[in-house]
Amino acid sequence: MSDPPPVPLLALRGIGKAFLGVRVLDGIDLDVAPGEVHAVVGENGAGKSTLMKIISGVHVPDGGSIEFAGEPRAFRGPRDAQRAGIGMIHQEFTLLPERTVAENVHLGHEPVRRGLVDRRQMLHHTRQLLASIGESALPADARVSRLGIAQQQVVEIAKALALDARLLIMDEPTAALADHEVELLYGLVRRLQQRGIGLLYVSHRLTEVFDLSDRITVLKDGRRMTTLRTADTTADELVRHMVGRELSSYYPDRADPADLGPARLTVRGGGNRKLRDVDLELRGGEVLGVGGLQGSGRSALARAVFGAAPFTTGEVTLDGVPVRLRSPRAAIRAGVAYVTEDRKGEGIVARQSVLDNALLASRAAVAARSGRAARATRIRELLAAVRVRAAGDDQEIRFLSGGNQQKVVLARWLMLSPRILLFDEPTRGIDVGAKSAIHDLVRRLARDGAAVLMISSELPELLGMSDRIIVMRDGRIAGELPAGTTEKDVVALAVGSVEAAA
Amino acid sequence: MQTVQRPPLPLRLLRVRPGGLVPIIALLAVLLILVAVRQPDFFAPPSLMSFLGRSAPIILLAAGQYFVIVSGEFDLSVGALVTAQVVVAARLIDSEPAHTWPVVLLLLGFGALVGLVNGLITTRLRVPSFITTLGMLLILLGAVYLWSDGAPKGGLSDEFRRFGRWAFEDVPVLGRVPYALIVLLAFAALAVLVARSDFGRTLIAVGDNPRTAELSGVRVWRHRTIAFVLSGVAAAVAAILIGGYSGVSFQAGAGLEFGAITAVVLGGVALGGGRGSVVGAMLGALSLELLFALMNFYGVSGALRSTVQGAIILLAVAVSAPRSSSR
Ligand SMILES: Nc1ncnc2c1ncn2[C@@H]1O[C@H](COP(=O)(O)OP(=O)(O)OP(=O)(O)O)[C@@H](O)[C@H]1O
Ligand SMILES: [Mg+2]
Repeated sequence: MSDPPPVPLLALRGIGKAFLGVRVLDGIDLDVAPGEVHAVVGENGAGKSTLMKIISGVHVPDGGSIEFAGEPRAFRGPRDAQRAGIGMIHQEFTLLPERTVAENVHLGHEPVRRGLVDRRQMLHHTRQLLASIGESALPADARVSRLGIAQQQVVEIAKALALDARLLIMDEPTAALADHEVELLYGLVRRLQQRGIGLLYVSHRLTEVFDLSDRITVLKDGRRMTTLRTADTTADELVRHMVGRELSSYYPDRADPADLGPARLTVRGGGNRKLRDVDLELRGGEVLGVGGLQGSGRSALARAVFGAAPFTTGEVTLDGVPVRLRSPRAAIRAGVAYVTEDRKGEGIVARQSVLDNALLASRAAVAARSGRAARATRIRELLAAVRVRAAGDDQEIRFLSGGNQQKVVLARWLMLSPRILLFDEPTRGIDVGAKSAIHDLVRRLARDGAAVLMISSELPELLGMSDRIIVMRDGRIAGELPAGTTEKDVVALAVGSVEAAA
Repeated sequence: MQTVQRPPLPLRLLRVRPGGLVPIIALLAVLLILVAVRQPDFFAPPSLMSFLGRSAPIILLAAGQYFVIVSGEFDLSVGALVTAQVVVAARLIDSEPAHTWPVVLLLLGFGALVGLVNGLITTRLRVPSFITTLGMLLILLGAVYLWSDGAPKGGLSDEFRRFGRWAFEDVPVLGRVPYALIVLLAFAALAVLVARSDFGRTLIAVGDNPRTAELSGVRVWRHRTIAFVLSGVAAAVAAILIGGYSGVSFQAGAGLEFGAITAVVLGGVALGGGRGSVVGAMLGALSLELLFALMNFYGVSGALRSTVQGAIILLAVAVSAPRSSSR
């Protein structure tokens, strides 16, 4: 444990929180100095988001004290905390897509002139604000729905700064970003830091934590394990604190080319509004990685195979049989599964229980011939196998941490023993321990004969897991790379600085 | 699954889940106490049995409406459908006993058909169900007026009327048990079975998040259409009971759609879908009827009924709406 800085911007002492008698946080102490980047890490469900929500006034703590800028505080709501100077960038965005950047930045505190919203003043102020954080390229009068995810995040940050935030909380800010977009965020964080703004940074990506932070606090099961100076620690030590055991930093062994089965999925000349000339072969036992930038057609490819936005041209075969998968239902019944990247929007049914979520696809797409009791037993085994942490399988899934929601979605598909699995960012927002469990699981599924297509924006994961990598650009497959390729090659293909022989 | 520490049992029992049964049971209990204070002999078997028989139609309609609302839609056409069914039945039966069973089957089929049309227009043509079923309401009322030249024709047979009117006599303890109550119990059991089936569970998922449901293999349009069909069939059964009990008129089903929606909301089912239980919806209907009975005992004018219903809907929506500040 390092010494607290002399004048902390934020000082938490003994913060505790329970939901309906379930203790989620217990006696948390934490300091943030002005201009400090303080990372908070821990497993899914450790209580990170809950702690951030307490600091930003969303939840009221059951015990302990909050001191902000030297004064004791008890926030009565997020607005209260905002007024005091605490801004929060949520794990899920809260922008209004049909409004402009300037309108979003000033939402709820629009400049008024003679009783009307002063649009010129609003635009002017937004431009100033964006310039001050080095983002003058962002158009203040553009609609948010036209912006990429990384740019939306800049808007979120500008929105917080418009309220003179002195402490900015970022809960998994990079979960939705591609690697090159993360660079932009790095620059932004540094500039905020120079302005003396304190940052609380929650992330599962340890590279970022080490690149950005000055200190790291580790939460486990709602308690603070330790606070470390980033310069004095290593990733291994950090993981040990988080998980409570050693964790191999290796990816599971790749498939032996000799063990690969025949082609399970082939696409010839596949195309639709977002895709062109897609030729693809996916063999049993194989993990095919898909790289590319945001919007390059990676998700469109998965959704086309899954029938959610079907191919309009070309031919698809499954195990050698020509098929037309015109709906997700048809694809599911043909043995295809798809784990979407937008968990909240189309991955979960938020107000239903863990069990109902896990059983959704089985109930919808296959007749329960084997009997309901057998099904219930099997789903419980699967939920245990992927290690979902919840207060019970009757808990509403929206109360689970993001990573645990993802595990429930995985269990939903494993129930169907699919022959083809399409994973779109399967480990987004998932902690290191669970991540390696999911990697092992993906590999095991492949070894048992399934064919896996895995989209990932995280290059180390893409390189570590894939037997082959295809890289998408502008709706086409820009090229294919063998296992053991480098990050540089993937990026070069993705941005189009080389044209590899496919 | 790793179970993190569960709340202690007393807290779990007390936990008022949104969409759970605790509030409606509490409300029902309060109403029962109020009735007991004012009118103790209400609970004597004869009056209680006849109250339950009288409440059967609205409870059935609430059960049907539950499926539609929980899937994220509305069915405003059930009241008009009941009226149409009663008028049609009277004309087709024309007091001829032999016509009874064919007409009963016809009514069930007609209810299903109206539901099917509601469902297909809503899901396939993407007309908001609010509009679809409002249009259906107007069409049905207009059509029966036209068809019967402004005054109901023919008459119901005694065989038809007995469902809504007769009772098993001399039942030990209970005395008279109305046929309507038996019909209600049978259909209520059926509704519970449907709600707990794979269809029923995935239907709630449709109301919660249709995108997720679609991507998990649910045929969203088909589920919603079936929900409308269930509501239409419930209206047919309700019409048979109402026709027998209160006779043939253009007022037979007036306002029942709002009664059913109020009952469903009162029973903890979220408008917009995704939350609630069919048992809650039926208990909601029972509570509503009890409330009206209570108003009656206290001499409150029956004219206030619709005001009370409106207030309940507004209140329920206000209470259950997610507060923006909690975000
Ligand atoms: N409103 C709530 N009601 C009940 N339980 C809750 C609520 N919010 C969070 N929890 C529980 O609190 C625990 C901590 O959740 P939290 O979201 O803080 O985890 P986290 O560390 O942010 O995880 P992740 O890395 O997956 O985002 C979880 O077990 C979760 O189920
Ligand atoms: Mg979180």
